[in-house]
Amino acid sequence: MSIIQIIFLLLSVMAVGSALMMITSKNPVNSVLWLIVVFFAISGHYILLNAQFLAIVNIIVYAGAIMVLFLFVVMLMNLNAESEPVKNRRLQLIGVTSGGALMLIIVSAISKIDVEQLVQINAGDSGLIKVLGMNLFKNYVLPFEISSVLFLSAMIGAVVIGKKEEIDIKK
Amino acid sequence: MDIKAYIILSLVLFTIGIIGVLVRRNAIIIFMCVELMLNAVNLLLVAFSKMHALSSAVKASANFASDAQIFVFFIMVVAAAEVSVGLAIIVMMYRNVHTVDVNFLNRLKN
Repeated sequence: MSIIQIIFLLLSVMAVGSALMMITSKNPVNSVLWLIVVFFAISGHYILLNAQFLAIVNIIVYAGAIMVLFLFVVMLMNLNAESEPVKNRRLQLIGVTSGGALMLIIVSAISKIDVEQLVQINAGDSGLIKVLGMNLFKNYVLPFEISSVLFLSAMIGAVVIGKKEEIDIKK
Repeated sequence: MDIKAYIILSLVLFTIGIIGVLVRRNAIIIFMCVELMLNAVNLLLVAFSKMHALSSAVKASANFASDAQIFVFFIMVVAAAEVSVGLAIIVMMYRNVHTVDVNFLNRLKN
């Protein structure tokens, strides 16, 4: 067993274990923190695949910005284990069973394929910032600009939705 | 490393996300499970791009092999925009019904 396989297994166990902890923990704050661990494990996978730019962006955008936003909202609402909604046992069982069945079906379908396709590990320059930047600003410059409009509209939308409405009942 | 290992890993993460959406009643945790599913797909896209980079036809230009990683970048962009609007919606829901339990969102049922 090579060192790469050991690192892959460690990161995979970390990702799957933290994801399971995320959906099982009662306290929403703990769930957010476990999801951050999942994102760090996925960033480790990106580094293993030599996709350095995405590893950094994943940590900055997901683990940094998005999860801090989640944490703010959870703390703003003062959610904790006591305010957790009561769950229906039967629905829980149905959910786990159907999700597990989906996983089993796709895993068995994939294990039928006997094509040995290897993944380039820890090599190749397709994930470097220089190559990605050249590709992004040469071939994908229009989607890049459009995404700035998307961000602007998302910002306006968040402000409009989150604004406190003055409800006039008398009118 | 075999591509199958990456397919199965991201499949397991995706299924955990699906189970979380089906099982949990807290709107914020459902939203976090959607983020987990997005990340599983991102991981699979990157793994496929690195698989593609090994094939001899693409070896000449690294540009071509990095297309999937550009896709992942745009998925992250869309996810960031989606999270800001979605959390605003959850905050508004909390303000109106004073809970984040999705079982209370049943006005369309009757």
